[in-house]
Amino acid sequence: MDFLNALVALSNFVLIPAMTYGSQLALGALGVTLVYGILRFSNFAHGDTMAFGTMSVILFTWLFQSMGISLHPLPTALLAIPFGIAATALLMLGTDRVVYRFYRAQKAKPVIVVMVSLGVMFIYNGLTRFILGAEEQRFMDGERFIIRAREFKEMTGLREGLAFKTTQGLTILTAVVVVIVLFWFLNKTRTGKSMRAFSDNEDLALLSGINPERVVMVTWIIVAALVTIAGTLYGLDKSYKPFTYFQLLLPIFAAAIVGGLGSPVGAIAGGFVIAFSEVAVTYAWKKVLVYLLPESLEPEGLVQLLATEYKFAVSFMILVIVLLIKPTGIFKGKSV
Amino acid sequence: MSQSFRTILLFGFVAVLIIGTGILQGPNLALVILNMGLVSAIMALGVNLQWGIAGLFNVGIMGFVALGGLAVVLTSMPPVPEAWAAGGVRAWFSVLLAACTVAGSALMFKRTRKGWLVGLMLLVGFVCYRWVRDPAVSAIEAVDPAATGYLGGLGLPVILAWPVGGLLAAGAAWVIGKTALGLRSDYLAIATLGISEIVIAIIKNEDWLSRGVKNVNGLPRPVPNEIDLQNDPGFVESAAGYGFDPTIASTLYVKIGYSLLFTVVLVILLVLAQFALNSPWGRMMRAIRDNEVSARAMGKDVTFRHLQVFILGSAICGIAGAMMTTLDGLFAPTAYQPLRYTFLIWVMVIVGGSGNNLGAVLGGFLIWFLWVQVETLGPGIMTFLTSGLAEGSELKAHLMSSVAHMRLLTMGVILLLVLRFSPRGLLPEK
Repeated sequence: MDFLNALVALSNFVLIPAMTYGSQLALGALGVTLVYGILRFSNFAHGDTMAFGTMSVILFTWLFQSMGISLHPLPTALLAIPFGIAATALLMLGTDRVVYRFYRAQKAKPVIVVMVSLGVMFIYNGLTRFILGAEEQRFMDGERFIIRAREFKEMTGLREGLAFKTTQGLTILTAVVVVIVLFWFLNKTRTGKSMRAFSDNEDLALLSGINPERVVMVTWIIVAALVTIAGTLYGLDKSYKPFTYFQLLLPIFAAAIVGGLGSPVGAIAGGFVIAFSEVAVTYAWKKVLVYLLPESLEPEGLVQLLATEYKFAVSFMILVIVLLIKPTGIFKGKSV
Repeated sequence: MSQSFRTILLFGFVAVLIIGTGILQGPNLALVILNMGLVSAIMALGVNLQWGIAGLFNVGIMGFVALGGLAVVLTSMPPVPEAWAAGGVRAWFSVLLAACTVAGSALMFKRTRKGWLVGLMLLVGFVCYRWVRDPAVSAIEAVDPAATGYLGGLGLPVILAWPVGGLLAAGAAWVIGKTALGLRSDYLAIATLGISEIVIAIIKNEDWLSRGVKNVNGLPRPVPNEIDLQNDPGFVESAAGYGFDPTIASTLYVKIGYSLLFTVVLVILLVLAQFALNSPWGRMMRAIRDNEVSARAMGKDVTFRHLQVFILGSAICGIAGAMMTTLDGLFAPTAYQPLRYTFLIWVMVIVGGSGNNLGAVLGGFLIWFLWVQVETLGPGIMTFLTSGLAEGSELKAHLMSSVAHMRLLTMGVILLLVLRFSPRGLLPEK
């Protein structure tokens, strides 16, 4: 019984939140990795693109809510996601046209394009704050829980409750669907194959008649979809705040680098590695240990390795360790 | 147009902007802009050393600036004897223990290459560290938490904090450089970004060190206090002699004092940086930047040189950070935001002209001026732009309230325009 209690507490506080967070990071990191693979630069505007996508979803959600459309018991935001993706894709294609294309034609050094992405980051940052403000927004509606802690206790008779939020279920489910669709696209369709060819060897791809502008366009649209979905799921699960999204840049990049920049499988693995370690290191293990250890060994403190605020430190430490041991990441990324 | 004429012209233009502000919006605002402009120019000088001369992509400037601020607290605040008695030695001993653990593990990894041994060592070290630290920290933080709750500083004159800030930042840069400088530029950027976030997280959380998010205010000042001046009959009399109100005269006097101090620091650093740039060392650094492989083939120790210039540039940022905290008279860790203290400095360097020290200084002044003025002039422009809209309309109210975010947009547009049409900046490298 104690073992079951420990297991439930572990799932409730570590496994489920880390799975959720990991899915969100994986989707974000996929976007970073695609841009790096195809366009060959680290996109510092990624976090703010995510904020923009989420913001458009929020605006559409409000529109639908005011029109009385809802998906009850699911959040209305799900309905707004396609519209949010469209808005974000338009923004990114516009940015590419006005900003990035020039440097691509010039074959500018990657670090120069990174600088350019800093400028884009400032603009997106200003744009999202200008439209929706810098405050926190909550846009979750519909049923909040799939399983409530109290119901679970009554159902099983255990002392520990297990709460499973709708947003957590949605996040994990959506991430699985998105990843399957993305891999199908990259591996089976003609466009996906041309993208991979372009990423592997640009000159060879050009020689075999692949249109680079088309590849780039498709990439931006996919990235727009990925960031909008990731951002919306994160916003539903926690809350939307432009600054938080900007800060997500670090764990997302850490995930992409740990997995190996340019490798989609790596991005997913990296996302979960980062998420699980962040949650595990900042979780107070006392609750689980109480059930597992004999009473005489019961811990006095919270057995929390690091305060929650140090979660950035965790993603960073993993990043450094992986880079020192395997400089191209777990799944052999590339480097330009 | 020759380069030196262009330099004089652009610096003259900035001077006109600041003096014009003084005439149109009052000397107080002009001095505020000037003082932070001086600090920004020093930060830009530090970044220019790393990026412009050595090609290192450091986006962790905020961390070094914050360490400079921390130095002000640790150097100049009076010590809190009760807190020291409660566990000061023990707390610092735990920090020493942590440092030894990390250093020992690094050494162990180098010698043996055994991951599990290093892991074990880190684990044991961590447990010991927490065991030593936790009681001391809670004892210190329990000492009058509303007013102190930290160890305080050394009580030394605040000017000393500036070089100390530089040293602190240099020390951090050494550790970071040792681990991260071997990485490629993008990875280095992410690594430095991460480290700066960690520095801020530590400062926010370690209440025993600098009160965390409770802020340290009332930092000592290198210039007299306004209130003291106003109560000084001699000062009031001489102010009246020039036809000034004593309140205004005292604020101006204090701000000019800061300006003079900062100018001295900027001039010293700028002269040193110019000497460095034009010396054989500077030529070597540029050679390494332009072609690392051939510089290495010529027998230059690229890794060491990168570490050296990374430490120097970071130290300059640390000095500037200490000066800024002194100017504010307040150490507030929550005020450190990467957009303001990392990326804005980058805009300064790129707009001013990377690789050119004078360009970086110019960029510091110019971008800082715009950063302040877009905020003060923004509402006026927005009022003009929305004058066609009906009074009380929701759109107008919304536009007026979001005008504060205009400056992020403006900075982005400026950066993109410069990168596109004048990629080498306003004052290009010679």
